Amino acid sequence: MIPEIGHFALILALLLGLMKGTLPLIGAARRIPTYMAVARPASHGQFLFVAVAFGCLMWSFMSNDFSVLNVAEHSNSQLPLRYKIAATWGSHEGSMLLWVLMLSAWSVAVAAFSRHLPEEMVARVLGVQGILSVGFLLFILVTSNPFERLFPPAPDGRDLNPLLQDPGMVLHPPMLYMGYVGFSVAFSFAIAALLGGKLDATWARWSRPWTTVAWCFLTGGIALGSWWAYKELGWGGWWFWDPVENASFMPWLVGTALIHSLAATEKRGSFKSWTVLLAICAFSLSLLGTFLVRSGVLTSVHAFATDPKRGVFILGFLVVVIGGSLALYAWRAPKIGLGGRFAPVSRESTLLANNVLLVVACASVLLGTLYPLVLDSLDLGKISVGPPYFDTVFAPIMAPLVFLMGVGPLMRWKEASVPDLFLRLRWALGVSLAVALILPFVMGSWKPLVAFGLFLAIWVFAATMVGIRERVRNAPKGTKLARLAREPRGYWGMVLAHLGIAVFIVGVTLVNGYQNERDVRMEIGDTVTLNGYTFRFEGAKSITGPNYRGARGTMDVSKDGRFVEKLYPEKRIYNVQQMPMTEAAIDSGILGDLYVSLGEPVGDQGAWAVRLYGKPFINWIWGGCVLMMIGGFLAISDRRYRLAVRREPELGAARGAAA
Amino acid sequence: MKRAVWFLLPLAAFLVLAAFLFRGLGLNPREVPSPLIGKPAPAFARPQLHDAAKTFSQKDLAGQVWLLNVWASWCVACREEHPVLVELARQKAVPIVGLNYKDAPEDAKAWLKQFGDPYMLSVVDRDGRVGIDYGVYGVPETFLIDANGVIRHKQIGPLTPAAWEKTIRPKIEALRRG
Amino acid sequence: MRARHTWRSLLVALFVAVAPLALAQNAARQAAPLEMDPGTAKRAVALANELRCLVCQNQTIAESNADLAQDLRRQINEQIAAGRSDREIIDYMVARYGDFVLYRPPFKAATAALWLGPFVLAAIALFVLSKVVRSRRRLAEEPPLGDAERREAERLLGEKGERK
Repeated sequence: MIPEIGHFALILALLLGLMKGTLPLIGAARRIPTYMAVARPASHGQFLFVAVAFGCLMWSFMSNDFSVLNVAEHSNSQLPLRYKIAATWGSHEGSMLLWVLMLSAWSVAVAAFSRHLPEEMVARVLGVQGILSVGFLLFILVTSNPFERLFPPAPDGRDLNPLLQDPGMVLHPPMLYMGYVGFSVAFSFAIAALLGGKLDATWARWSRPWTTVAWCFLTGGIALGSWWAYKELGWGGWWFWDPVENASFMPWLVGTALIHSLAATEKRGSFKSWTVLLAICAFSLSLLGTFLVRSGVLTSVHAFATDPKRGVFILGFLVVVIGGSLALYAWRAPKIGLGGRFAPVSRESTLLANNVLLVVACASVLLGTLYPLVLDSLDLGKISVGPPYFDTVFAPIMAPLVFLMGVGPLMRWKEASVPDLFLRLRWALGVSLAVALILPFVMGSWKPLVAFGLFLAIWVFAATMVGIRERVRNAPKGTKLARLAREPRGYWGMVLAHLGIAVFIVGVTLVNGYQNERDVRMEIGDTVTLNGYTFRFEGAKSITGPNYRGARGTMDVSKDGRFVEKLYPEKRIYNVQQMPMTEAAIDSGILGDLYVSLGEPVGDQGAWAVRLYGKPFINWIWGGCVLMMIGGFLAISDRRYRLAVRREPELGAARGAAA
Repeated sequence: MKRAVWFLLPLAAFLVLAAFLFRGLGLNPREVPSPLIGKPAPAFARPQLHDAAKTFSQKDLAGQVWLLNVWASWCVACREEHPVLVELARQKAVPIVGLNYKDAPEDAKAWLKQFGDPYMLSVVDRDGRVGIDYGVYGVPETFLIDANGVIRHKQIGPLTPAAWEKTIRPKIEALRRG
Repeated sequence: MRARHTWRSLLVALFVAVAPLALAQNAARQAAPLEMDPGTAKRAVALANELRCLVCQNQTIAESNADLAQDLRRQINEQIAAGRSDREIIDYMVARYGDFVLYRPPFKAATAALWLGPFVLAAIALFVLSKVVRSRRRLAEEPPLGDAERREAERLLGEKGERK
C-alpha cells in the first residue's frame, strides 16, 4: 500500500509541476497576476508530494518490504539500519528521487526567500524550476520508477553495494545533490532574466546567495566523496579523474567562475551576458553529469546500472533544456548591453582572467573525459584517458589562476596599477619564494614541483595577509580588532575561501611529493618500518559483522621502541554480494596519516600481503575544502543580503515614483 | 549583426556535443578492441588438457579456419556460451580449440565432463602467458583464425547465437571461399 | 544491467577464486619482489603505473589486485630482468592490448587535439579576453545626455555652483 501511495504522490507532483511550469510563465509574459500567483503554492505542494514519495520509499527500506523491487535489489534484512535508510538513495531510481526532492526543496526555499523580488521574476524563476521538475518526474515515472513491485516478493534482498556501506557515502550524495541541484536556481534566475529582457546589477544581487550556497554544498559533497574513496578503496588514492568525479568537478569549476563573475556584475554591472552564460553552463554541466553517470556512455566505478532507454530520455531532456536555454541566450543576450568600463589592469579584468582560466580548465576536463567516446564514435580507435593526462593539463592552467588569487583582492575596481601592486606585495612575494625554497629541505628532499606548489600556497596566504593588514593600517592603535570586525562578512568569507585553497594546495603538494609506501608480505611477527614508525604484524583473526565476515589484522605500531598504538585493518566479504572490501586502518593526524591495508592472505601460515602508506599532510586536502565551505556560508550571511530584504521595497517604491 | 553571431557559439558547441553523446549511446566503452586483428596469431606450444604428453601449437591447424576459445572452469560467463559451442561442435561447423586459461587441469576436466566438451582439444595455459600474448583480459574470449594463421576477429565476452549468425559465421564462410 | 553483472561476477571470480590458486603457488603479491634492488623496483613500479588494468579499468596495474594485473606486473619484472628498455616493455603491452592499456594517452595524430586542446584553448581564450578588455577601454564615454537629463544636470550643477 505504502509504495502505491508513494507512486501516486509522484504523479501528483508531476501534475503540480506541469501547472508550475506553464501558468506562471504565461502569467509573467502577459501580466496575469492570478497565473503568476500559482507559482508559490504549486512549489509548496510539489515539495510536499515528493517528500511523501521519498518517505514512502524510505519506509519500504526500513520495513524490509522486499515486494518492492528497488528494496529487493539494494537492501537486506541484515543491513544495519542507517544503511537501510541510505539505501533509499543508493540506487539509480532512489537517487533520481533524491534529485527531485532537492529540486522541489530549493523551489520552496526560493518561494520563501523572495518576498522582495518582483512578482514576474519569482514567477519566471519558479516556472523554470517547474519545467525542470516535469522533466525529472517524467523520467522517473516512465523509466526509473522506484516503486515498481516484485511479485512474488523476494525472501530477502541482494544487499546494498558494500562500497556504499560507509558513513561518508551516506552523506556524500545528499550533499552533492544539494550542490548540483542548487545550481538550478542560478540557472532559473538566468533564464528568468533572459525571458524578462531585463538584466542588471540587482539580478546579480539576487542570484548570488543562491549560487554561493549551492557551491558550498557541492564543495562539501566532492570533498566527502574524495575522503570516502581514500578510506574505502584501500590504496590510499583520493582523486582518480574518474568520469563521474569529473562530472561533479566540472560544475564546481564553472560554479566558482560564476560566483566571481556575479561579484563583478553585482558591484559594477559588468559582464552581464557572460555571467548569464556561466549560470546556464553550470547547471547544464550538472545535467550532463547526470547523463554521463546513468547512460552507460562512459566506464566508471561509480556508474549506475545502465539502460539505453534511460540514456536516450536523459539526452532528449538535455537537448530540450540546454539547447533551449542556449537558444534563448543567443536570441536575447545580444540586447543585454555591456555594462561598466574598466581598464586592462583592474579587478574586473583579473576576474575575467579568473573566469577564462576556470572555464578552460573545465573544458580540458570535459575534453579528457569525452575524448575516448569521440574517437570511438569516429572509428579512430580506442584509447583511455587516465590521471596522467589530467594532471599534466590541469595544473599548468590552475597555476596562473592561483597566482592571481593573491593579486585580485588587492586590486581596485575599474583601474589598478601594476607598479603599485608590486610595491604592496613585494614582501609577500619574497616571503613566499623564500619559504617555498627552504621548506622542501625540511620535509626531506627538495623537489621542484613541491617548491612550486608551496610557493603558490604561501603566496595566497601572504597576499591575503597583506590585504587584511591594509584594511586596518589606518585605524588608530587599539581599535584594529574592532576595525576588522566591522569588515563585511562577505570579505571574511572570501578570505577564508581563498585560504582554504591555499591549505588545499599545501595538502596536495606535500602528499604527492612525499608520500611513500611499503608493499610487503608479512608473516606473524614480521616488522616493517615507514617514516620512522615500526609496524609489527601480529596476525589476523576471523571476525563476523552484521552482514559480512572477514579477517581483522592487528598491527602493533611503535616509534623509537615506544608503543604508539594498535591498528586494525580488515578484509571483509559481504555475505550476500560476496564482494571483498578493504577497511583500511588509518591513523589520522594534522601532519599526516599512517595507512595500513590488508591485501590477500599468503601461504597457510597466517601471512598476509600488506600495504602501508605514509600520507603527509593529506588531511589538509579536505581541511582546505571545509574552509572553503565555511567561507562560502559566511559570505552569504552578509548583512547586505538580509538588508536587501528590507531595502528592496523602498527601492521599488522609489523606482515606481520616478517612472 | 556580427556580434549576435558569437552568441550562437555555445548553442552550436552543445549540439555537436549532443551528437557525439547520442552516438556514444550505441557504443560499449568497456570493450577493448584487439590490436591483433589482421596480424599473425602469436605462436605458442602448450600441453594438451586431456593428454599432457602431447603439445599443441597454433601452426598445427595451418590451412584451416578455426576458433580459439579462451575459457576456464571458474568463469561464470563461460557457462553462458558453452551450449552454443557444444551445438557448433555437434554441427561440425568449425574446429574449436580451447585455451584453458589460468585453471587447474582437474577442475577443467571436471567442468568439461559436466557441461560437455565442444573442443577438438584444449590447451593448458596455467600461468596465463599465452593469454597475455593474445591480449586476453576477460574470459571468455574467442579468436577467429584463418588458414594462414592470421587473426581475423575477436569476440569479447560470451559467444552468443546473435554474434555467431551476424558476424562470425559470415566471416568464416568468406574466409573459406577466398 | 546484464553486462554489469557479468563483469562483477567476473571480478568476484577473479578475486575470490584465485586466492586458493595463490595458496597453491605460494606467490607473494607485491608491487615488486623483494629480491629486486631499489632502483629496478622503482622502475618496475613506474612502468606498472603507466599501464591500465583492463579488468577494473579504473586502476593501474600497480594498484590493482586483479589476476591479470599481477600477471602483467610479473611480465614487467621479467622483461626488466631480460634487459628490455622501458620503451620496449610499453610497446610489448601495446602490441597485445592496444592503446587502451596506456594510462597516459599516447601522443599521435588522433590524440593531438586531446593534448594540445587545452593549451590552444587557453591561448585563444586569453587572446579574446585581451581584445575584449582593450575594446572596453576604447568604448565611448557615457552616452550623451538627453534633454531632460541635461536640464536636471544643469539644475544640480547650478546649485552646486552657487554654494561654491
